[in-house]
Amino acid sequence: MNLTLFVWRQEAASSAGSFVEYALDGVSEDSSFLEMLDMLNEKLVESGHQPVAFEHDCREGICGSCSMSINGRPHGPKRLTTACQLHMRMFKDGDVIYVEPFRAGAFPVVKDLVTNRSAFDRIQQAGGFVSVQTGAAPEANATPIEKDHADEAFDAAACIGCGACVAACPNGSAMLFTAAKVSHLALLPQGQPERSARVAKMVEQMDSEMFGGCTNHGECQEACPKGISIKYIAQMNRDFISAAVRKARSLRGAMRAQ
Amino acid sequence: MSLVRDFYGSTIGKKVVMALTGLVLVGFAVGHMAGNLKVFAGADATTGVYKIDHYGEFLREIGSEMLGRAGFLWIVRAILLTCVVLHAASGIQLARLNRKAKPAGYKVSSYRSANAASRTMLYGGLFLIAFIVFHILHLTTGTVHYRGFVEGAVYANLYAAFQSPAVAGFYLLSMALLALHLYHGTWSMFQTLGVDAPNWNGTLRAAAKVVALALFVGFSAVPVSIFGGLLKPPAVQSASN
Repeated sequence: MNLTLFVWRQEAASSAGSFVEYALDGVSEDSSFLEMLDMLNEKLVESGHQPVAFEHDCREGICGSCSMSINGRPHGPKRLTTACQLHMRMFKDGDVIYVEPFRAGAFPVVKDLVTNRSAFDRIQQAGGFVSVQTGAAPEANATPIEKDHADEAFDAAACIGCGACVAACPNGSAMLFTAAKVSHLALLPQGQPERSARVAKMVEQMDSEMFGGCTNHGECQEACPKGISIKYIAQMNRDFISAAVRKARSLRGAMRAQ
Repeated sequence: MSLVRDFYGSTIGKKVVMALTGLVLVGFAVGHMAGNLKVFAGADATTGVYKIDHYGEFLREIGSEMLGRAGFLWIVRAILLTCVVLHAASGIQLARLNRKAKPAGYKVSSYRSANAASRTMLYGGLFLIAFIVFHILHLTTGTVHYRGFVEGAVYANLYAAFQSPAVAGFYLLSMALLALHLYHGTWSMFQTLGVDAPNWNGTLRAAAKVVALALFVGFSAVPVSIFGGLLKPPAVQSASN
């Protein structure tokens, strides 16, 4: 198939970017979107041009590295699919395709299609873990977990941290990512001791990274390659409110003791 | 106070303020709409006083033994004004933040679930503030009524006001925009407060639709019925009541 690509080219974070048009012929419909970009890059290199920079790693849809918006949609037109698992058979011969980096204030462009998503790492580091003494692995059945809770926690834990939710959100909000990380531990017994502190710290970090707020458009769950539901946002909101109430109560206790 | 500052300082805290004040305002809108329907109750057979005029007087009289005439009404007004101010302030602050968080959009934009309601919350809200100001000057104080406004003569004031196609049309448009705002807002409120978990989403979405539609139909019934001639012109004595 023959395609017309408009690819966002940007030298560095500080420079202005623009779309550059490329005609690409003989693309196999069995190739993935990234393989199609590989093909474009080979041609660019052969003709002495800079290849298009894009992030990729596993190409199996589980690492969350690939991050590009295809025709305005993070990871492209196919639901529940990362860009690396998107196949060219989703497009038609003669299609015009716009390829852009993930657009969000908190994800500055590094180069071309590569964005800096380390804000996600900092949110995770703020509380997205369980503090435990390391040692021998505990016996697997020592802590029984209700099947429904295990399933819900697993659905939240399916988040690969790719940032498509932020890229799809008209507000550039990271609520779905943060909610998935908060909820996945909030649903498990191991996550309970730090539950209140975790949600407060992770939301504080999220806000300090200049992500937007959630206005419940629901675009994030449509774009999520792992199908994470905005019900986790409601769950995080509830946890956030009860953490604030708990903190207020504990201050009242301190006053009484004086 | 740092507790309040920390809470309101977060995006979720601002949204909780929006949701709670929104809940009060939706509750008020439902009550206001239900009260308006007294227009259709006609006049008292013995006194000749319109039921809605009587209802208006009743609102002023609530708690008057303790708070004086209209005292309770003023407390309610103060609460509503506070809610509007907090609702708008948090909304505007969040909208500014959101705009900063999304400095550039996509070349081809294709929304999958964002809709006309969710995308017009800010402008719809700002319009509604303008409408509320107009509405108070129009039918509460009568400042911009221009058609023989008499305080307390609710039926006659409404009847005179909605003879004008422009006024009736503006109210209809405003109510359509109110319904749009509430279609997204009512559902959104539950999501923000985390009430919608685990799987009530479908029910809450449907409830938001019912609330929005009921308010549109209920509020619009008054200007439509008057302009369409379904309600009779006021009897002379009611205006002097």
